[in-house]
Amino acid sequence: MYRFAISRLLQAIPVLLMVITVTFFLVHSAPGGPFSADKAVPPEVIKALEEQYNLNQPVWQQYLNYLGDVLQGDFGPSFKYSGRTVNELIAAGLPITAELAFYAMLVALSVGITAGVGAAMRPNTMQDYLPMTGAMIGICMPSFLLGPLLVLIFGIHLDWLPVSGWGDIPGDKILPAITLGTGYAAYIARLSRGGMLEVLSQDYIRTARAKGLSERLIIIKHALRGGLIPVVAFLGPAFAGLLAGSFVVETIFQIPGLGRFYVQAAFNRDYTLILGMTIFLSTLIILFNLLSDMLAIWLNPKLRQEIRGTN
Amino acid sequence: MADAIEDHGTSLWKDAWIKLSKNRLALFGLAVLIMLIATSLLTPLIAPYGYETQNLNMGATAPSLQHWLGTDIFGRDMLTRIMYGGRVSLMVGFIATAVALVIGILWGAIAGFFGGRLDAIMMRIVDVLYALPFMIFIILLMVVFGRNILLLFLAIGAVEWLTMARIVRSQVMALRNQEFVEAANSLGLSQWTIIRRHIIPNTLGPVIVYTTLTIPSVMLLEAFLSFLGLGIQPPESSWGLLINYGVETMEEFPWLLIFPGIALSLTLFALNFLGDGLRDALDPRTSKD
Repeated sequence: MYRFAISRLLQAIPVLLMVITVTFFLVHSAPGGPFSADKAVPPEVIKALEEQYNLNQPVWQQYLNYLGDVLQGDFGPSFKYSGRTVNELIAAGLPITAELAFYAMLVALSVGITAGVGAAMRPNTMQDYLPMTGAMIGICMPSFLLGPLLVLIFGIHLDWLPVSGWGDIPGDKILPAITLGTGYAAYIARLSRGGMLEVLSQDYIRTARAKGLSERLIIIKHALRGGLIPVVAFLGPAFAGLLAGSFVVETIFQIPGLGRFYVQAAFNRDYTLILGMTIFLSTLIILFNLLSDMLAIWLNPKLRQEIRGTN
Repeated sequence: MADAIEDHGTSLWKDAWIKLSKNRLALFGLAVLIMLIATSLLTPLIAPYGYETQNLNMGATAPSLQHWLGTDIFGRDMLTRIMYGGRVSLMVGFIATAVALVIGILWGAIAGFFGGRLDAIMMRIVDVLYALPFMIFIILLMVVFGRNILLLFLAIGAVEWLTMARIVRSQVMALRNQEFVEAANSLGLSQWTIIRRHIIPNTLGPVIVYTTLTIPSVMLLEAFLSFLGLGIQPPESSWGLLINYGVETMEEFPWLLIFPGIALSLTLFALNFLGDGLRDALDPRTSKD
């Protein structure tokens, strides 16, 4: 297990190097320099700026410099937010996005698992059809549609909840968390239903029933652990999705998190910010994928044995 | 390829159709999809107004007899705009999925068929690509190379082929050792002919299912990017872009958000149900009751 974890971690290194390299050269091949979109600037000023950001060096040298800096955790200055470094901007946005993602995950897991397990306990009844139809609607209702609709209903017409901001007015975190979490609640409901149905047809569950255990005890003690493995394996990809979803949700609700910075950087053509954030977010996503894989293996004795077999 | 399907027996496809036709939600999905495709193809002929026909004096109006879905702030007919937007959304869905399909099938079939070291290397590449955060990369591509619709097709297609490659590979691995492939080998058919005539037709079931499920996810991706302003650019239109505009004025004119939203959701709904239905119908593991 540990050997497997370490080998997976080592495999992540070339992937990360590839991410850094590809992103760097992509951004550097962008037509038009970072300063060309501005008003007419005297050539001397551009030259001075280029010197300040080391843009007058050959590209491979810039790449090596950048790689060295990134490996030390330094993403350099932002082009457009003068006087601020990419690290500062990431440090400002990360806690907010992390909190948003946490609440969204809370919504997704609690609603999704309840609905999915409930549906699996009584398949092909109303207790199955209703939540599963709801889940299908949740999947087909993208966050950029659900968010504005929630704002329209609960923020504007009913006037129950604030329509934007983060931590300024009580209750302003509710709509963003629901908007971001709903789609994942839907996926998790489908996954946990499928997982539970499979587990509930296994022999050891029949044994537990034959022992005369109550249905509730069978679910909690025996079925959940196996039945929720698909959900655990989904957590890694879900995390990547949450980050991408935060781009939209933070834009809709004007939340000053990483997602909003990223979208703004995309519009401002703030190349150093985009470059730094791409590398940072990619690292996060790769690490979370790794974690959720490990967790899924740890929960599943069959997979554990396979790994022991291959080592 | 069509006669190859006929060759290996109509019973599987007939059987699948019988199962599918019992699934009302899947049939509903199929009907919606056919209607959408027909509307998209005929849009220039049947759209009630011109795509860019403005009526600034009228401005945004609620749905009425003249304008069934109302008009936007420039007095443009919403039904017309949704029809044109749907053309683009569907086109992205189909073309990007086709790109993914071609790459994925070839990659998976070659890896699965030849196996051994080639398979190990090819699947290693897929694993590595899987670990990359593609959503971020697509945004990066759109920023760097401008918001080009062709690039959007390629970028989305280049993301979505990975799962297809895995599905096809595992199918092919299972098929490779079947007797009819051995027979074809001993008849002296070339490897390429065997792949084309025997392997690919037999993997069609899972491929069709996954394709049906890829189209909505691609359309969602396009709408997501267009909503952020990083996808389809005006004067082109797409449902994501219309939703983006709708959000700006939703307080006064909610129908400008709601109608494109319904169009997108209904389409995703239909395609997902169709995909689920096809999976149940084409999966040989489901019982034949």
